[in-house]
Amino acid sequence: MIHLNNISKSFGKTQALKNVSLQLDAAKCVGLIGPNACGKTTIIKTILSMVVPDSGEILVNGTKITGDVRYKASIGYMPQIGRYPDNMTVSQVISMIRDIRGYEGKEDTELYEEFGVNKFCDKKMRTLSGGTTQKVSATIAFLFDPPVLILDEPTAGLDPVSSGIFRDKIVREREKGKLILITSHLLSELDDLLTDVVFMQEAEVLFYKSVEELYTETGEERVSKAVGKLLKLKMR
Amino acid sequence: MKNITKFVISDIMRNRIILFYLLMLCLFSWSIFSLEDNTSKGIMSLLNIVLLTVPLVSIIFSNIYMYNSAEFIELLVSQPVKRSTIWKSIFIGLSVALMAAFFIGIGIPVLFFVPGLTGATFIVTGMLITAIFVSIAMLCSILMRDKARGIGLSIILWLFLSLIYDGLVLFFMFQYADYPIEKPMAILTALNPVDLARIHVLLQVDTEALMGYTGAIFKKMFGTGPGMMVSLALMVVWVAGPFYLSLRLFDKKDL
Amino acid sequence: MVEILILFSVSAIGRTIHVGPGKEFKNIRPALLEARDGDTLYVQHGLYKEGNIVINKKVVMIGIELPVIDGDKRYEVVSIKSDQVIFKGFQVQNSGFATLNDPGGIKVYDAANVQILENVLENNFFGIYIQYGKHITVKNNRIKAYGVEEQQIGNGIHCWKSDSLQIIGNHVQGHRDGIYFEFVTHSIIWRNISKYNIRYGLHFMFSNDDAYVNNFFDGNGAGVAVMYTKNVIMYGNTFKNSTGDAAYGILLKEISDAEIRGNKFINNTSALFLEGANRMLIHKNVITGNGWGLKIQANCMDNTITENNFTANTFDVSTNGTLVLNKFFRNYWDKYEGYDLDKDGTGDIAYHPLSIYSVIIENNPIAMLLYRSFMVTLLERTEKLIPSITPEAFVDNKPMIKPYIL
Repeated sequence: MIHLNNISKSFGKTQALKNVSLQLDAAKCVGLIGPNACGKTTIIKTILSMVVPDSGEILVNGTKITGDVRYKASIGYMPQIGRYPDNMTVSQVISMIRDIRGYEGKEDTELYEEFGVNKFCDKKMRTLSGGTTQKVSATIAFLFDPPVLILDEPTAGLDPVSSGIFRDKIVREREKGKLILITSHLLSELDDLLTDVVFMQEAEVLFYKSVEELYTETGEERVSKAVGKLLKLKMR
Repeated sequence: MKNITKFVISDIMRNRIILFYLLMLCLFSWSIFSLEDNTSKGIMSLLNIVLLTVPLVSIIFSNIYMYNSAEFIELLVSQPVKRSTIWKSIFIGLSVALMAAFFIGIGIPVLFFVPGLTGATFIVTGMLITAIFVSIAMLCSILMRDKARGIGLSIILWLFLSLIYDGLVLFFMFQYADYPIEKPMAILTALNPVDLARIHVLLQVDTEALMGYTGAIFKKMFGTGPGMMVSLALMVVWVAGPFYLSLRLFDKKDL
Repeated sequence: MVEILILFSVSAIGRTIHVGPGKEFKNIRPALLEARDGDTLYVQHGLYKEGNIVINKKVVMIGIELPVIDGDKRYEVVSIKSDQVIFKGFQVQNSGFATLNDPGGIKVYDAANVQILENVLENNFFGIYIQYGKHITVKNNRIKAYGVEEQQIGNGIHCWKSDSLQIIGNHVQGHRDGIYFEFVTHSIIWRNISKYNIRYGLHFMFSNDDAYVNNFFDGNGAGVAVMYTKNVIMYGNTFKNSTGDAAYGILLKEISDAEIRGNKFINNTSALFLEGANRMLIHKNVITGNGWGLKIQANCMDNTITENNFTANTFDVSTNGTLVLNKFFRNYWDKYEGYDLDKDGTGDIAYHPLSIYSVIIENNPIAMLLYRSFMVTLLERTEKLIPSITPEAFVDNKPMIKPYIL
């Protein structure tokens, strides 16, 4: 679904991405993991063309993304920190995004209902806590039933109950055949969710493996441990 | 585009600062016109205030708004809309909101007390000045990633265009008073949008004095029909120029 | 009065001659040839193209239903070369256009007690031209020309070396100068309207002891000029809309002992410009909406400027020097910001009507470009509080709190 071919990007002197190539397919839940400042967020941003790569190309559903923004209609994006216009209410934000996307299909209101967004939908954005804002971001990301979901540190501010709701939703969507790309630094949160793992370090992709591969290579049963073990193996 | 503009406008309209700005302008205009029975004198006092406050509020407010909307802009970029659409929408939203405040605060009293061409020119000029400084503010916000620096730059630009520039021109004039400096002077003033705006209104209010010695050059530069169009066009260039530049930069900006 | 009585007595004993289609004379010239002093000629409606018509007898000529006398753009149309002529009710048009001998629509040569009444003058080089005239009345004529350039058109009413003229109720438009006086004395100019003339609405030089009352000047290229003259009275005139480089409501140059009272100066570039003007009394005038209310050069002295209303002018007063030999008092200045605690109707602190920036502009006209900018406003305010460049003595010590009702 999403192809990255030899993407490089530098911000001034710092190299954010070095020749990154990835192929992300449908019905997968890919965990994009790695230490801080390894280029995780930059990858997401290049896919959304929020960051313009210096070289390389990105294809979504086989078409290059430069110059045409329509491909973004097939992506639901949940930012790390969702910041919205202070004076707008939750429902205004949602209806604004709805207007912008001009989505005509059936809306996926599962998260809206499960998070109980209607309970605070008349509140202004600036009065919401970080966790509640995350709920709004998540709701918006899933609302228009996009085939690709990009989630940047999705569970960071969520309480355990909401986190559980959210994880279940991810699993359901993956099973529907959607591609889900998640970044997180808390690997334990991603156990049971992921089908693939992309590990990045210093602007490069260190490895891209399926979870099964990972388990067989390391003999571990949990993603977090497996990744840790693999890294140790690699270091040697 | 319409949607985003609509949202930006309704967002700004709910902002308390814009309400405060509107009230402040109201206070200026009504107090000047009610204290002053000579309306043509009143409108010139008002012009002095307007030429200081409107650029200041427009540039600072827009600048802060841009920085505060950074994440919102990110959110919009992640959606299927063109960057240029986003940028244009924000510009229109900001301009329309600030112009509306200007129109309600100053425009209505002006139309009430000074109906006719003078009042209309005043209002159009005030609105153009608003748009010009919104445009400059947006350019500042894209040139400086850092909020404090961006606001600093806009304050410096405001200071320069509103105050320092005229001082420099005055100084230049005194220095070279013995030379034929009419043309350079006229060009220098035409380069500053605040001066352009001032002269535009001046042409309506101080017509008689302006027809004097300087008449010839005034007529050529600003006065007659085509001259008036030139100065209006220059102001439009001041709106479009910085905006276009910022649009180009935003198109390539990494968020 | 005396001359009118004489004329009436003369015409009473004269014959009556009719001119026109189907009358005893078809044309004016043969009729005039036949006429004797004291005759009255009635000219019927029609077009009379007879070259130059010379009236050299004491006759009364009356046009019936505005007969047209046409100069064919080659001749002076009517020349009056006799005393006691009355010329009334004609349309005189298309005089020759030449700069050498100044042809006029109606020209009076060295005559006395002539009356030119209720004529229409269209498209003549000079309208009515009087030289060496005495006791001449020019009344209720409408004079119109279509001049474009100063050199290619004469004046509407041109008077030269004459005495005791009455110029009353005429309407002059489109000439070089509307009314022109040179070496004309003891005359009155009353209730005339002079507008859209290329140069001056009224222009007079070396013309002493004249009075100008209730005239209306509007939109003349350079306004009104009064030069090299003494003992002039100007009452109740209106000077309007003279705008442009070197355009004045009224230009007073080398004038002395004049009284300017009750006039209105509206929307001129400079309402009053005084150069070498002495012992003038300028009072009870309305000076409003002008670029400069009063430009008074340093070579003016002993002038009194009092009880005027200065309102809505860009600059009220301007001068080119530091010497102040003129008195300002009890004027109303709308820019005055003082107070009146003792309630005597005049402000308690003196008013300095001279703006520093008007002085700067006097020297650098282009400085007008920066007028009303923040810097300049600051400069003006400071100067008003602490006069440093403008002369301290340039002051109205009793500025009025309320405008006069004028």
